[in-house]
Amino acid sequence: MISYLAQRLLLMIPTFIGITLIGFLIMRLAPGDPAELRAAGGLGAAAGAGISLAKRGAVDEAMAQWRAQYGLDKPLHVQYLVWLENLFTLKFGDSFKDSQPVWGKLTERLPVTIKLNLWSILIVYLVAIPLGIYSATHANSLGDQITTVLAFGLFAVPLVWAATMAIVFICGGDFYYLFPPGGIESLDFSNQWPLWKKIQDHAWHLFLPVVLLSYSGFAALSRYMRSSVLEVLGQDYVQVARAKGLQEKIVIFKHVLRNSLIPQITLLADLLPALIGGSVIIETIFSIPGLGQLGFESVLARDYPTVLALFTVTAVLTLIGILLSDLLLAVVDPRIAFGRRQQ
Amino acid sequence: MSTQISTGSFRATDKTAGAEDVGNIGEGLWSDVWRRFRHNPIALAGFYVVCLLVFMALFADFIANDKPYYLHYQGQSYFPIVRGYLVGTKLGHWPAELLNVDFKKLEGAKAFYPPIPYRPSNINLLEPLESPSSRHWFGTDKLGRDVAAGMIHGSRISLSIGFVAVGIAALIGIILGAVAGYFGSWTDLTISRLFEIMLSIPTFFLLITIAALLPPSIFLTMAIIGVTSWVGMARFTRNEFLRIRNLDYVTAAVALGVSDRKVMFKHILPNALAPVIVSVVFGVGGAILVESSLSFLGIGVPAELVTWGSILQEGSTTTFAWWLAVFPGFAIFITVLAYYLVGEGLREVLDPRLRGLR
Repeated sequence: MISYLAQRLLLMIPTFIGITLIGFLIMRLAPGDPAELRAAGGLGAAAGAGISLAKRGAVDEAMAQWRAQYGLDKPLHVQYLVWLENLFTLKFGDSFKDSQPVWGKLTERLPVTIKLNLWSILIVYLVAIPLGIYSATHANSLGDQITTVLAFGLFAVPLVWAATMAIVFICGGDFYYLFPPGGIESLDFSNQWPLWKKIQDHAWHLFLPVVLLSYSGFAALSRYMRSSVLEVLGQDYVQVARAKGLQEKIVIFKHVLRNSLIPQITLLADLLPALIGGSVIIETIFSIPGLGQLGFESVLARDYPTVLALFTVTAVLTLIGILLSDLLLAVVDPRIAFGRRQQ
Repeated sequence: MSTQISTGSFRATDKTAGAEDVGNIGEGLWSDVWRRFRHNPIALAGFYVVCLLVFMALFADFIANDKPYYLHYQGQSYFPIVRGYLVGTKLGHWPAELLNVDFKKLEGAKAFYPPIPYRPSNINLLEPLESPSSRHWFGTDKLGRDVAAGMIHGSRISLSIGFVAVGIAALIGIILGAVAGYFGSWTDLTISRLFEIMLSIPTFFLLITIAALLPPSIFLTMAIIGVTSWVGMARFTRNEFLRIRNLDYVTAAVALGVSDRKVMFKHILPNALAPVIVSVVFGVGGAILVESSLSFLGIGVPAELVTWGSILQEGSTTTFAWWLAVFPGFAIFITVLAYYLVGEGLREVLDPRLRGLR
């Protein structure tokens, strides 16, 4: 187990360097100079071209000064090493957009995104696992076929469409006002409210974003769960359990479930990046002040330090997620740490 | 392509196949696949939808166009749409009386128009945000552009995004996966790090970052989607190569002194292709989804280009104009669903473990 852990950790080093290098190079080599953008007013990617030649002379000096301040005048590899060093000390520098520390911006918005994603992951697993078990134990029945079709249909529903339909039809447009069109709490939200009212208000605001973030996840996961349960059901030890007269319930929930849950653990690692991508869309549409919205706004404003910090933080979090799910897998299934990977 | 592969090797692993599922002796893999595929009505429906979309994309100019098919004007007969193509390819030119004219305002002309007599670029500020009617089947947008016309022509973008992006992804994925799986050991370890990097990176965030930094262009968007979405295919290819590499026929080929490249791409690849093709078909659906999200966010595609995602974006900001949300979104949904159904159908006929289960 220890040697497996050491091996996994060692292999993560090149991966980590690769991630940071990719992020750094993309941001630095991209056309469009953040100094120029800042000089032109800084907001909006399209604003960059709008500076007249006459004004340039005066602006150039300020820009050079500003480049020096942020270290943009040094060679690329020096910039990378400096940035990497700062990364380990969690110094992400100041935002180009409003000169606020990036780390502060991240920590301010992180809780919202984590809340959104944790609820989504919870719902994904809570829906997908029972659905998968049902589908597998009733394989090829009418119920199974209906869930198959539904899962496939849901998986193909574009997130942007689902969100737009929700905004248009049930978020107070010309049709129904069942859910708020944005934000995470009501405008008149106050800490004096009784607890249940606070919870109610949060739930009301988070319901749609969470459902929208999770539906494609549980559609996909329920299919994986189905095939995983089916595979375990076909194994000999299940037949033994049945043959010795165990109730079907016990066979399924005690013998089959455990082994069929194992592959679902690894899927968590695949789910995370998808959720982060979904957060960008959902937080932008529902104006939720989380990391996704911050990312989208920073990308448009070419706020390099913020984008780079976000990129790295999410990638490293995902990497840790992959590592954890690998370790969890090794804990529940000792064969893995023992005999390397399958194949 | 590899029609010579016998189904024999597949049937050996297939214990559950019924007698009716046994292919004819000497039948190629792909005709066998088609024969099985045809018996799956849902997958076949998906296939027909894809065909319909291809048809729509190819003949968009004949379905939605502000030029008539046929025009009788000043005693002369014209075929303006066809002539438009000739002018576009410099093979013909517009006669002086038709140069830069609005065909609908020609006096005394007899004209026969396509079912949707607009192009997506026809701005009509007198009819902004009209709800669906017989004049505008799917309504109009803020600039008075016909939504139906925008959707018909938008199918070209979504179709080409799907194919070009996935083509690029498949090229990268198959080559990397093949090299990793074939050479194994250190090569595999190194390339697998690359997979891990791509898996940990939040692809969509990487995508909007690159797309927002580069000038908006539909081809760049395709390339970026391709470059960021090859990992799934690479892993499938790698796993297949790892499995097949140890088969006797490969050992025989190596022993005969066949070069690595030839063994990889001529001997192993055709047998490894089945699962890869399935992920390619699913990838087309995925790429279309990603593109719609990108153009929804207004990233990557030029502002004046009408795509399904860009219409949808307008729908999300003008919430009373429900037609801007319903129709383009449904088009994306049906397209993606069609590809997924075809992919699932192919998986069922190509995956030897699933053969005969249904």
